Amino acid sequence: MHADPAGVLTGVHFLDGDHACCEGALAAGARFASGYPITPSTEVVERFAARVPTLGGIFIQMEDELAASIALQGAVWGGAKAFTVTSGPGFSLMMEHIGYAAMTETPCVFVNVQRGGPSTGLPTLPAQADMMQARWGSHGDYEIIALCPNSPQECFDLTIKAFNFAEQFRVPVMLMMDEVVGHMTEKVVIPPAEQIAIQPRRHTGKRPPDYLPYETNGDMVPEMAHAGEGYKFHITGLTHDQRGYPVMTVPAQDKLVRRLQQKIQRAAEEISLFEEGNMDDADVVVVSYGITSRVAQRAIELARSDGRRIGKLRLITAWPFPEHRIRALAQKAKAFVVPELNLGQMVREVERAAGGRARVAPVSHAGGGVHRPEDILRAIVEAA
Amino acid sequence: MAKGAVKIVVERCKACGFCVEFCPTKVLALSSAFNSKGYHPPHVVAAEKCSGCDLCGMYCPDFAIFGYRLPQPQATPAKETADAR
Amino acid sequence: MSSEIRNPVEPFLRMDRMPHIWCPGCGIGTTVNCFTRALIESKVDLENVAIVSGIGCTGRVAGYVKLDSFHTTHGRAIPFATGLKLANPKLNVVVYSGDGDLSAIGGNHLIHAARRNIDLKVICVNNLIYAMTGGQTAPTTPNDAITSTAPYGSYEPAFNLPHLVEAAGAVYVARWTTYHVRQLARSMQEAFAKKGFCFIEVLSPCPTLYQRRNKLGDGLETMKYYKEKSKVRNGAPTSELGLSMQGEIIVGKFVDRDRPDYRELMRHRLAETLGERYVECEELVCS
Repeated sequence: MHADPAGVLTGVHFLDGDHACCEGALAAGARFASGYPITPSTEVVERFAARVPTLGGIFIQMEDELAASIALQGAVWGGAKAFTVTSGPGFSLMMEHIGYAAMTETPCVFVNVQRGGPSTGLPTLPAQADMMQARWGSHGDYEIIALCPNSPQECFDLTIKAFNFAEQFRVPVMLMMDEVVGHMTEKVVIPPAEQIAIQPRRHTGKRPPDYLPYETNGDMVPEMAHAGEGYKFHITGLTHDQRGYPVMTVPAQDKLVRRLQQKIQRAAEEISLFEEGNMDDADVVVVSYGITSRVAQRAIELARSDGRRIGKLRLITAWPFPEHRIRALAQKAKAFVVPELNLGQMVREVERAAGGRARVAPVSHAGGGVHRPEDILRAIVEAA
Repeated sequence: MAKGAVKIVVERCKACGFCVEFCPTKVLALSSAFNSKGYHPPHVVAAEKCSGCDLCGMYCPDFAIFGYRLPQPQATPAKETADAR
Repeated sequence: MSSEIRNPVEPFLRMDRMPHIWCPGCGIGTTVNCFTRALIESKVDLENVAIVSGIGCTGRVAGYVKLDSFHTTHGRAIPFATGLKLANPKLNVVVYSGDGDLSAIGGNHLIHAARRNIDLKVICVNNLIYAMTGGQTAPTTPNDAITSTAPYGSYEPAFNLPHLVEAAGAVYVARWTTYHVRQLARSMQEAFAKKGFCFIEVLSPCPTLYQRRNKLGDGLETMKYYKEKSKVRNGAPTSELGLSMQGEIIVGKFVDRDRPDYRELMRHRLAETLGERYVECEELVCS
């Protein structure tokens, strides 16, 4: 299925990441957003508030992130594609409802334009320190998908991808931007609607008496229904069975939670997107994402111009982490260099996947600015 | 003949006593029988007084009792007029 | 013939989940009877009624009622219901939750939804306690009452919920007790028909925790207290509706006013400023 042309601002634009993200959401078919202002994310919903009334949609600014993160889920169950945007402090508040979305298998998108933390931190300055939180922030065992754009163009493209993954896997998807990508202005090409593939809602074709809200098919993803269609289904955050009814037993818990995990993990290779370069002969592989990947690119170019054999692995999907690729690369490469705007988060995943077969060198940065290419270059040289 | 009757789902009753207390015509009383959970469900002690108002049904928190109207024998028009006067 | 006659409440219940978990003498089931009678009388299309609840004993209502039902997170039934209603305005969205869920953790959402006049029908079963978790103090627990977190008696002033909700902007505010079954059903019926934020408080026994810890008897004793000490004062100023332990309970319909609901306000403003560019949405159903 393709995008609805009404929501696609086809053309060549000069947009910042926040604005491009909004356009991506509209192109993906999002017609409901609930939000709460927080720097540096607010522009996404400010633009949505201006655009969506001309597209038959609704934006509502809620009273806090707790409300914003659940209002969008109510809208999803009412039939809409919906999302919210926030940054660190709001992301923390939204955690309970990210877990609720995972548990109830509500397809939706949470955008986090990361800023310096912890706590109030550096509201107007970048960091990438919510990466582990994106994966583990809510309580209990669950899986999410997280994508990391590194340009306004990717903010557009990956927002669409986020909605598509959300619908395909009935899971909350995090779009992990950062303040620089959100506020940098670059060329964004928005193609014609017929070139934009959209994953439709996996609505059940069954009639009400035969429909079970959590009966799963081969790919472990149940079909969905909306309120007001006569299904009279029950949705709960309690551990539940196929009927959606609460069940308090060990087998029910095991069955449900493992399926929530496996429906994502079994598709990890499909979901874990990354961009690679110069891997054939690489001694050192630089693993990076988001704005840091732009700086890393420069460092890699400098190192290569010196004759060093440096490979690049840019994470487009942070979660599920492409451990299969790291594991394979660890057989051949000597070392991984992992620059991040944090004190070491995704580097732990690299270490875990490398399993000791290669050195893993973090290049940490507490946030508030971006790395200098020479900082990353130094680490590359030391690792080689 | 009574205007109404009640149906009691004995096994659901938790003997809260609401129906007995609030029946306007005191049709019910808690019985000395037990259900399998050990509660004394109500039983009808004054069936002829039941109007089928279903107040018992509205009060019952366990959905264990309800009242309903019984179809009444048709009254002849003449008789009705006489009663009205 | 009598085997064909069913309890009017049964078509509305998920009978495969009976019996429910509520205690003997708890009034929540009583409110559900009133709810179903109100649905029957108001002839609403049941396919377009959705019920959203939070966490707590009353929160379990969503799981027992055979409608599109959503058991959400603690305190957040109202914002979930807001999103649901905005996405599909044809739905009659009922929020059915307890006093702790709606006025403590959910308090912020309660006042904002009332302020915005979101078209929701909120049924607040007030048993003056946090029952499900074992009987802790709620914002509605009367002074002096013993709870598990106020072992020496509560010294906090309690909320006057009708007053709070009226001040926040609700267009329909009523209070009944589980003794007032007919009036409660009628209020629910009126709320279903009214556009805007409607709030019905229902005082209900919690014999296992609130009443027992305070030696106030069982459910029946409480119902007798409601009968004896309730005074119907329709239209009374909500400032006078405070409750005290075993004190007088003023019940009735206190607020029934008209003002544009959120959707109407939104539509008016956007149509006015955008003119033809405004595209109104009836339902936000994605394909």
